[in-house]
Amino acid sequence: MTTPTDFLLWVRGPGFDIALVVFILGVIIRLLEVLVLGRKHDYSEPRGGELGPGLKTVVTRTLPETGSFKRAPFTVIGGYIWHIGFFISLFLFVPHIELINATLGLSWPGIASNLVDAVAAVTIVTLIAMLFSRLTHPVKRYLSGPEDYLTWLVTFLPMLTGYLAYHRMIDPYPLVLGLHILSVEVLMIVFPFTKLMHAFTFFIARWYNGAMSGRRGVQS
Amino acid sequence: MADHMKRFRQTLGESLRERGVSRRGFLKYCTATASMMALPPTMVPAVAAALEKAKRPSVIWLSFQECTGCTESITRSHSPSLENLIFDHISLDYHHTLQVASGDAAEAAREAAMHENEGKYLVVVDGSIPLGNPGFSTIAGISNLQMMEETVAGAAAVIAVGSCAAFGGLPQANPNPTGAASVSDIVHDKPVVNVSGCPPIPTVITGVLAHFLTFGSLPELDALGRPMVFYGQSIHDRCYRRPFYDKGLFAETFDDEGARKGWCLYRLGCKGPMAYNACATTKWNQGVSWPVESGHGCLGCSEPDFWDAGGFYNALSIPDSDIIRNAGIVTAAGVALGAAAGALNRSTRAKAAAKHETVTIDDLDRKS
Amino acid sequence: MQKLQDIAVRVESKDVPLNHSNATPILHEIHHALQRLATQQETTTIDLRAIPFGPGDEEDLLNRLGTGEVQIELDSLGTSKLWETAFSGVWIIDHRNAEGERVALQIEVTRVPEIIQTHPDDVTDSLQLLDNQLNPNRTETSGLREE
Repeated sequence: MTTPTDFLLWVRGPGFDIALVVFILGVIIRLLEVLVLGRKHDYSEPRGGELGPGLKTVVTRTLPETGSFKRAPFTVIGGYIWHIGFFISLFLFVPHIELINATLGLSWPGIASNLVDAVAAVTIVTLIAMLFSRLTHPVKRYLSGPEDYLTWLVTFLPMLTGYLAYHRMIDPYPLVLGLHILSVEVLMIVFPFTKLMHAFTFFIARWYNGAMSGRRGVQS
Repeated sequence: MADHMKRFRQTLGESLRERGVSRRGFLKYCTATASMMALPPTMVPAVAAALEKAKRPSVIWLSFQECTGCTESITRSHSPSLENLIFDHISLDYHHTLQVASGDAAEAAREAAMHENEGKYLVVVDGSIPLGNPGFSTIAGISNLQMMEETVAGAAAVIAVGSCAAFGGLPQANPNPTGAASVSDIVHDKPVVNVSGCPPIPTVITGVLAHFLTFGSLPELDALGRPMVFYGQSIHDRCYRRPFYDKGLFAETFDDEGARKGWCLYRLGCKGPMAYNACATTKWNQGVSWPVESGHGCLGCSEPDFWDAGGFYNALSIPDSDIIRNAGIVTAAGVALGAAAGALNRSTRAKAAAKHETVTIDDLDRKS
Repeated sequence: MQKLQDIAVRVESKDVPLNHSNATPILHEIHHALQRLATQQETTTIDLRAIPFGPGDEEDLLNRLGTGEVQIELDSLGTSKLWETAFSGVWIIDHRNAEGERVALQIEVTRVPEIIQTHPDDVTDSLQLLDNQLNPNRTETSGLREE
């Protein structure tokens, strides 16, 4: 690994393979662990269906509960902004769609790069503001452990390096592009073993809450 | 020879006037030179004032592990033409492909030029230098390394022309059998300008020489030692196909409808985003066209290691391996391992349940 | 790994654009330059070599600028052509070398292109020259009469 090009070739070759293996293995093992374990059989007579309320809750919990919105509007709005910004940057940026198309054969229309650029800038600023709030708000600070800061960092770095790569703020280009890909690989490796897994498990948790309430005939 | 020396002592203005070039001709010449050096038109008066007094530097051109493509390129320069360049801009005292003399006579010319212009001459190098074995490449029985070291010792500056001299280029491509090194790997005590490209654009080579002639100094360089005026912006950022990249419109094949409509060549492996060069504006063949305009993606030939950058027809950021196959294998393995982990958890739970002793009120009463 | 032979070649020639609309921003630049010339007498030169034109853009720009009533040929180090466009004050300067190859292409927004105006030194030189012709026997060298 002597030159930036070698570095780029490594991260998009062996580096990516390693990250992909850890990511897929980790996610599947952790999901199956949860699912195979199952839950105790409920012998009570159902007072309602599970499917409908389960699905409904997966959707309805996307909206913030009014109480928590009133108590912590910044956390809720910031959380929305950066999640949506992250998804737009990840899935609507043309080179990313190209990457997915080239590797998985799936494709969809993207949006103008300069629009993604603006979204990414807002997302980066929001992430920094969220960290600042986490560090300064006494309750949030008390609740935060090392894992919270780690997950913040591995989410933030792909956004930051992507922005730097798009604007060529680090020379030479293969170096900054390599750093961007590497940061995503770090995210992929850390993902299954941290609370980042919520991206997969939130469906299960919400479904279960909704289904359980549905069976009991109460609103979730 | 006397005529040659007289010409050498003359300023460019004197030399042109002697050849009957008018003031308008000189202004036209300066306009073309400023344009070639990628200077704004407002700089023409400054160029004219500097060229009027400029004296032609002696240039020694050394060709090492190269294909002569860079020399071929400079002979295509039209502004100034190679003839103009040799008569007006520089005194090309040694270039073993272009000069008439050969063997000892040629080497004598090189030594004479070095002696007469001690500390003032320019050395142009094309080709990389083999460090593996001095015998891999020699000229007149002198190894490339030795010739470069002794020629560079008295030079004002070194201009590494072409990607081989600038970064090692093709001879240095994996597995680098000759131990090829770039000029800047070896020369540390003199200014080195890298004019990269395989080959560099003709007028970029002459533009750098003209800059030295005009201002007596080297142009501002980027992090890789390349002149900013020519290598300051990426091909991608100056490409006329760029708006289509931003819109997500890509050519799928060479010369398909999209390619002809000017859609982006990124999918066909264009290295424009990583390549810094002047092709998009200066173009080739006197401004006729350039690779991307002809419908072929940029190879990134002005960048280090372009030969080993993962395939000319592979997009820059796309992983090399077969993702679907790998993901399939890993998913199968994951399912197996996950099921095993789940089964283990179930058995742990079942064992715990089996070991569980039922406690009755009587038991509690007995203990207390 | 994708290889060259994996990329198909398909030749289609319908609906190919004649240019890439890069002339329009240059026309806007010329518009600003004309405003400066009209109000502040400030001239502007645009080096078309520094513009990343796509195929057809240069032709489009020259066509849209059109040709006015003045065309000049300059014979010095090759034949250059200069002409005023249909927009007065906007000149095209097409410098060619002795082989007819283009060495510079510029737009000058000015009343008369600078290179066309006679240089003051050339005026004194020509005065001397004419003086010599009219008075071949006079030994005095200067044609300039000191007042």
